Amino acid sequence: MNPDNYLFLSALLFTIGAFGVLIRRNAIVVFMCVELMLNAVNLTLVTFSRMHGDLTGQVIAFFTMVVAAAEVVVGLAIIVSVFRTRRSASVDDANLLKY
Amino acid sequence: MSLPLAVADQGVTLAAGLSKTSDGEAFQFYVLGAVAVLGALGTVFAKKAVHSALSLAMTMICLAMFYLAQGAYFLGVVQIVVYTGAIMMLFLFVLMLVGVSSADSLVETIKGQRKLAVLAAIAFAVLVMVALGHARLGTFQGAGPANAGGGNVKNLADLIFSKYFWAFEVTSALLITAAVGAMVMTHRERLVARKSQKELVEERVRTGKRMTPLPTPGVYARHNAVDIPALLPDGSVAEDSVNATLQARTPVRDAVGLTAVTRENMALPHQGEAPELENASTNGAAE
Repeated sequence: MNPDNYLFLSALLFTIGAFGVLIRRNAIVVFMCVELMLNAVNLTLVTFSRMHGDLTGQVIAFFTMVVAAAEVVVGLAIIVSVFRTRRSASVDDANLLKY
Repeated sequence: MSLPLAVADQGVTLAAGLSKTSDGEAFQFYVLGAVAVLGALGTVFAKKAVHSALSLAMTMICLAMFYLAQGAYFLGVVQIVVYTGAIMMLFLFVLMLVGVSSADSLVETIKGQRKLAVLAAIAFAVLVMVALGHARLGTFQGAGPANAGGGNVKNLADLIFSKYFWAFEVTSALLITAAVGAMVMTHRERLVARKSQKELVEERVRTGKRMTPLPTPGVYARHNAVDIPALLPDGSVAEDSVNATLQARTPVRDAVGLTAVTRENMALPHQGEAPELENASTNGAAE
C-alpha cells in the first residue's frame, strides 16, 4: 500500500465532516462534525510527520488536540447556556443578532 | 495491534526511503479505514445525536490505531485518552443535559441549502483528492529517523520542551482560560435568595393549602409500588400521593379498581378469611 492513502482517507474524513457542518442543524452534532474535521487534519499531520521523518508534524497535531479540547469546553458551555435561555439546541433558532 | 507496529518498524529500519508499507499495515489500513469512514458517515447521518457521538468515538479510535501504526505512539495514546475518553464523554454529558431527543428541524432556512451542500462537498472532495494526486509528496522517510534515539515519547518531549516551549506554556494559559470561561458561562446567578426552612414553613401556614407532608404512595392499597396511589381511610383514592412526574409520564395504575377491592375488604368482618390477593391483582390488571 502506498502511504499516501492515509492522506486520501484524511481528505475523505474532512469532507464528510464539512458536509455534516453544512447540513446538520443540531448544534451539538455540528460541533461533533467540526471535531471530525480536526481529527482528519491531525491524521494528515501525523502522516506528513512520518513522511519527512520529522516529529514537528506530531507536535503540531498535539497542539491541535490541546486547542480542540479548549474549544470543546467553551463551545459546549455556549451551547448549554443557549439551550437554557432558548430551550433549543438548533443552530437556526439562535438568530436574535440577525437583524 | 502489535503485528503491524512491529512490521512497520522493521520496514522503516530496513529501507530508509520506503514508498510502500508492509502488508500488515495495508490490511489494517483498509479494514480500519472502512470502519473510520463508516463512523464518519454515521456521525453525519445518524438521526439521534447519541448515535452520532458513538460513531464519532469509533472513528477516533480508528484514527488512534492509524497513529500507532505510523509510529506516533504518544499521539495514539493521547488520542484515545483525551479525545475518546474526555472530549467525547463531555459531548455525551452535554447531550444528556440538553436532552437526548432533541431532533433536527427539517425546515430549510436557506433555500436549496441541502443540494448546495452536497454539491460543495463533492466539489471539495474532488478538489482535495486531485490536488493530493498531483502533489509531489516525495519519498517516505518513515517514522524510523524521527523515533530514533530515545524513542517517540522522549524525542517528542525534547521538541516540546525546547523548541516549542513557549507555545506549550501558552496552551496552558489557554486551557485555564477555557475552563474558567466555561464555568462563567454555565454558572447560573440566583435571582432571589434561597428560602430558609423557617420561611418555607411560614409561607405554607399563611397560604393554608396543605401543612402536612404528602401521603406516601401505596399506603392501604393492595400493592406498595410508587405508581399506585394511597387509599384514604374511607377507601377513596389519594391522588396526590403519587409523584407528579410519575403521573405525567405514565398513567397512574388502577386507582378505581383498588378502591373497589379495598371497600370490599373493609366491609368484610374481621374474623373472616383474608380475601385472595390473586383476585385483587387480576381485577387491577383488567381495569
